[in-house]
Amino acid sequence: MREITPIYQTLIPGGGMWSQVVGRGKTLRFTDLEGGANVSLLLYNADQLVERYNMPDTLKGQHVFFLTAPLCLHSDMGRILASVTHDTRGWHDTVCGCTDARLTVEKYGSQGTYQACRNDFFRNGRENFLIELAKWGLGPKDLVPNLNLFSKVVADGEGNLTFDAREVKAGDVIELRLEMKTLVVLNTCPHPLDPTPSYAPKPVGLEVFPGLPAGPEDPCRLSRPENARAFINTENYHLLRD
Amino acid sequence: MITESPKDPTAAVLDETVLAGDHWVQIVRAGQTFRIVDLEGNQAADTLFYDAHDVSNRYSACDTIRHQQNLYLTTGTKLMSTGGDVLLTIVADTCGRHDTLGGACSRESNSMRYALEKEPMHACRDSFINGVTAWGHGMGKRDITCNINFFMNVPVTPEGRLTFEDGISGPGRYVEMRAERDVVALISNCPQLNNPCNAYHPTPVRVLIWD
Repeated sequence: MREITPIYQTLIPGGGMWSQVVGRGKTLRFTDLEGGANVSLLLYNADQLVERYNMPDTLKGQHVFFLTAPLCLHSDMGRILASVTHDTRGWHDTVCGCTDARLTVEKYGSQGTYQACRNDFFRNGRENFLIELAKWGLGPKDLVPNLNLFSKVVADGEGNLTFDAREVKAGDVIELRLEMKTLVVLNTCPHPLDPTPSYAPKPVGLEVFPGLPAGPEDPCRLSRPENARAFINTENYHLLRD
Repeated sequence: MITESPKDPTAAVLDETVLAGDHWVQIVRAGQTFRIVDLEGNQAADTLFYDAHDVSNRYSACDTIRHQQNLYLTTGTKLMSTGGDVLLTIVADTCGRHDTLGGACSRESNSMRYALEKEPMHACRDSFINGVTAWGHGMGKRDITCNINFFMNVPVTPEGRLTFEDGISGPGRYVEMRAERDVVALISNCPQLNNPCNAYHPTPVRVLIWD
């Protein structure tokens, strides 16, 4: 665990949402407090919101279809938005997207209205993303395939997907170090393939630590030659801009 | 799943060839059938779809994957939009598997994937930009999302590895879709020269539409 004190901490309830601009070099630590949480996450270059997290470049740049340390989150401009510097879960889904209103009613029933449930009403990932995106001038055109932290989905040889909760445990953490000044948009709605029959999203702890972006010997930079080149692109962006 | 179509090309209302490195954009009306033919084999047709009446309601790779709980596109796959609507349904497929994880190449991603010096090479994102610019309606880079790669083979292993393999397509193989609403179809016929997705040899595709 880190010795230093976070500069910011918050608890995001299950089904909650959060968006902030977070500076280059800072680290976000997410904690699955109870076990079984899901964090649907999108990232945008805070200075040029048209540059955003890109699922395909993240996957094909690293020859994986899940994320763990010491891998990176690529933008659609050949740059690194964030690095996974620490991870105790080992597998985070990149391809399943998020829930929407229709799926939420199909899975959990129509009883989850605000009228009936007050602030325990059934929220969905798509609406939560759009609510937070709107606050930064963004909208449906900015919705792209998101990450799902803490959720594992595996594929068989035919491409059939299975949600795998066998390794879930309370207290797991993943740390993301931001390599650019980034708009972070997230929500804690259930994973769309989570087979839990009732709507019971779990809370997530979020802490932010100060720090520096990846150095020359950083494990995330050295994990793939593609990542090393993307870091060069990222550093050139900052050299020219600043 | 390999499924052939009874449709007769001579009865098509549109029959065009898209050269490698070119873009193609066209409306496909609800009820029309849209076919893409891999004329010479192993070509990747990078494709995006938009609701013609609301282009922000567009093809969504993750909604398509989530809806069918499967990574690959073939006969029976419903191509879902970000708004949760079915844009098109794949009704015939003589290739058997199509990718929606690999996205499009861009000059920037080529610099990341292959070498910084590859940045000047022509890439699908530039073709997509040309396509949405030609289409107008205020479309731009924000409208370019994670696409379908028809005829491309990107297998994922149970361990979560992802590889780009030589295509499983061949000369004359095709995929055919029924439009479930009016859609704008945008193709970048991939110019990639750096990986085996098109056997290092980009070739033309043929597009047909039937009423």
